[in-house]
Amino acid sequence: MNQPPALSVERVTHAYGARVALDDVSFSVAPGSFTVLLGLNGAGKSKLFSVITHLYAPKTGVVRIFGHDVARNSGAALSRLGVVFQSRTLDPDLSVEQNLAYHGALHGMTGAERRPRQKALLERVGLADRARDKARHLSGGQSRRIEIARALLHAPKLILLDEPTAGLDIKARADILSIVRDLARDDGVGVLWTTHLVDEIRGQDHVVMLHKGRRIADASCDQLVAEAGAGAIGEAFTKLTGARASAEEIEA
Amino acid sequence: MSAADVDPRPFGPRQLLICLNGVVWRESLRFLHQRERFVSALVRPLVWLFIFAAGFRQTLGVSIIPPYDTYVLYEVYITPGLMAMIQLFNGMQSSLSMVYDREMGSMRMLLVSPAPRWFLLTAKLVAGVAVSILQVYAYLAIAYFWEIEPPSWWNYLTVLPALALAGLMLGALGMLLSSLIKQLENFAGVMNFVIFPMFFASSALYPLWKVREGSPWLALACELNPFTHAVELIRFAFYGQIEPTSLAVVAGCTVVFLAGAIWAYDPARGILMRRGG
Repeated sequence: MNQPPALSVERVTHAYGARVALDDVSFSVAPGSFTVLLGLNGAGKSKLFSVITHLYAPKTGVVRIFGHDVARNSGAALSRLGVVFQSRTLDPDLSVEQNLAYHGALHGMTGAERRPRQKALLERVGLADRARDKARHLSGGQSRRIEIARALLHAPKLILLDEPTAGLDIKARADILSIVRDLARDDGVGVLWTTHLVDEIRGQDHVVMLHKGRRIADASCDQLVAEAGAGAIGEAFTKLTGARASAEEIEA
Repeated sequence: MSAADVDPRPFGPRQLLICLNGVVWRESLRFLHQRERFVSALVRPLVWLFIFAAGFRQTLGVSIIPPYDTYVLYEVYITPGLMAMIQLFNGMQSSLSMVYDREMGSMRMLLVSPAPRWFLLTAKLVAGVAVSILQVYAYLAIAYFWEIEPPSWWNYLTVLPALALAGLMLGALGMLLSSLIKQLENFAGVMNFVIFPMFFASSALYPLWKVREGSPWLALACELNPFTHAVELIRFAFYGQIEPTSLAVVAGCTVVFLAGAIWAYDPARGILMRRGG
């Protein structure tokens, strides 16, 4: 039997009042793939994120996680999903361990289920020695790594990251990108990576471009570059969108 | 079906309990970490008790009205009102923290849990009530040394269900308001338009018969105010009695407010859409 995609977004449309935030958007994320959702600020990436995470329901269209409809069968869908939000969501007054314990409880994990995974994940993100520190004392990059460990705590096979490298320095960005790429390659976790930074994309990545609420491209990075007759993905993006983004964003 | 389709952790009663436990634990932990919040939650009613009540003691005579079977000091009269005030502030503060959580994204953390959304909101509510009950008992411990105590030790226990119910009602009201408040700054508005009218137009500070002498309209407003019933429910329970009207009003309002909040936070309603990010 065919395995359903880790994530499938099917004809999702969303509008508030007259403003169409998402216009008939469809794409899917294969298990174990690294999919980049590329778009400028305001392209609708975060709106789409909110719809996928069931924060609110789309006006029309369906989102499925491993075949489970997020709106109708949200429990089954959300238990398979890990999320790293754009805003920092660690509780600064609690320790790293307490933050993870809270997340584990929200996913119905007992302490005995959580602890071994927590230990392994903290080691994986290179912060095993910070378990007892308050989240307040972590740097931006460290917080992000903890948030990634937290998103993986309940062993989801799909992880969503909303501009996870925003505001981080070059080293922290590279660390986080490599941790997440390993997840897709070694653990078969489907990744949806939202960004407006083209230098985070590699040739074989699956790229979905979103512009003004519409999906304008959906193919591998290499394919998109070749089809657009461009030298690099940044140029392809500029050609496809027509509107040129600020140079620093696209050519960063 | 494929391996990925085996439910990783089906959400049964045990998982729901773990989830509820986690939410209450986090809320209590946060409360204990925010020492200023604890102190101010305690100082507020104590200021009323030590200063306001002491000053008013001579001005206001309280006649013998149920549940009291003797003349009581004004401090004794207003203690249930202050207990309810603690819960009122706590409920509104939780609503503030929900607005804050929403802006900071930790509300999103809560809502991506696989547990049903009504359950998550109720868990959040129960957590807030647990914290408010902690505050009330801390206040009662200090009031005890001021010789404000119920007729029997046993009554410290009989008041507990009343506190739980009153806390649920006020917390649910706060939650409903949090879905309406657009931004953090609007808390001042909540103070002016919710906390003050609810507190002053109630039986917290003065018995209703006394209010009626002055203004029948105000007395009517007080009687319609659910906060009055929260106060009376606590007052009677503190004396080991049940006030049926208050019980019915508080229970009814809890259901209505909570249903309203769950409705407002429904994904299809999209109240959270506003800032969506």
